[in-house]
Amino acid sequence: MASGAQAGEPEAQPEQRIQLVTAAYEHPWAIRFTHWLNAAAVFVLAASGLRIFRAFPSFGAKIPERDLVNIPKALTLGGWLGGALQWHFTFMWLFAGSGVLYLAYQLLSGHYKTVLFVPRDVKGVWPMARHYFLFGPKPALTEQYNPLQKLAYTATVLCGVASFLTGLVLYKPVQFPWLAWPMGGFHWARVWHFAAMCGFLAFIPGHLIMVALHGWSNFVSMLTGWKRDPEYLSRRSTP
Amino acid sequence: MASIEDKKLKRLSRRELLKLAPVLAVGAFAVTRWQDGLVGRGVRLSDWASGLLFRRHHPAKTFSDADVVPVEKFPYNGYDDLDPGVDLDSWTLTVAGNVRHPGEYTLAQVQALPKIRQNTRHVCVEGWDVIGSFGGARISDLLGLVGADTSSRFVTVECADDYYESLDMATALHPQSLLCYEMYGKPLDRGHGAPLRLSLPTKLGYKSAKYLTKLTVANVLGAQRGYWEDQGYSWHAGL
Repeated sequence: MASGAQAGEPEAQPEQRIQLVTAAYEHPWAIRFTHWLNAAAVFVLAASGLRIFRAFPSFGAKIPERDLVNIPKALTLGGWLGGALQWHFTFMWLFAGSGVLYLAYQLLSGHYKTVLFVPRDVKGVWPMARHYFLFGPKPALTEQYNPLQKLAYTATVLCGVASFLTGLVLYKPVQFPWLAWPMGGFHWARVWHFAAMCGFLAFIPGHLIMVALHGWSNFVSMLTGWKRDPEYLSRRSTP
Repeated sequence: MASIEDKKLKRLSRRELLKLAPVLAVGAFAVTRWQDGLVGRGVRLSDWASGLLFRRHHPAKTFSDADVVPVEKFPYNGYDDLDPGVDLDSWTLTVAGNVRHPGEYTLAQVQALPKIRQNTRHVCVEGWDVIGSFGGARISDLLGLVGADTSSRFVTVECADDYYESLDMATALHPQSLLCYEMYGKPLDRGHGAPLRLSLPTKLGYKSAKYLTKLTVANVLGAQRGYWEDQGYSWHAGL
């Protein structure tokens, strides 16, 4: 903890006991609110979606049906197809609502610039990946998010957009045939919808591991918005 | 400036944390005895939105004869019995409710209405679909024949196998909504609902009831909205 006051000094004046700490307001309310809402929604949609998939664990034609995987009931939500659909049709609103709020906030506030993966981030991906996975040297951090983080977050948001659009085609294929076309048609929409869920499922364990590795103050910042002693600030102030 | 008084940071953090309180409302879904009510509301919201999205004159995609699955590959999907033992010779359709000419209608009277043949996609709630060839009379033409008050809200049907269904009037009046007596140019066989079934390309398959015995034009739905709907499936089920 960075601390301005020296504890234990007997003649310290009251005003000198004011503790100054380094902190940054990293996550605005809209981001934190939609993050947690979305976390709940993704959990419910994935679990109920897997239950829905059990009713026809295949893609494409009914006959001949080739069952691909038998998803264990314990991983699913809803009890039966009808129950799972109820959860899916309820949480799709929370998912879409939080997604729209998130994207609207990011775009209107300009906050997206901190997290959107852009071409100049490409060169930083490999050093960061080498550091994480191959114990390479740690690249200097000068921004809130490193290039690999930006890539992961941006890809996950794209997964969210993809699951929304493919879900819309599966839900309303008669109303949105033009939306199915770029996906390769109705049958492919089901494949992409499943693939987008796999994208989320691939992201979440890595995300949770990184949260665990980065400690309490990092986790707290997703609740309060404020992060104490962010690394990128200490580096900037003490080069 | 990144330096901040510790006490002030704590106060700000608490306030920001409290602003996330609305997210806790999602926790209501974890309370077992509230779950059915909550997801039931979610389905009703989805059904309401489905009604808004439905366009009465927007057609479901139709297909060429080359895209249709062979008749032997069109699945028999019954909820109970694939042959409820309908006496085809004495069969009539009972028409009741808000109609000027209630009573018994023969298959010949239905077949005397303009015949529609269409190759459409039959989409099952389970996630599979099959493109079939359907022939029959428009529900709207029968409603005209019986002098139905089409400002009524619903059309309900009863079936020889004790199945039952109900439709919003907009879907009943859709030009592709058929009283189907033929598949693949041949009279319906018993497994597909002889002698008369619904074929609704703008709805999920469970709406297309088989073995019709009664059709009612109504303004209110009783406790029985549909066999599967009463167990939790979406009532609107519009595609």
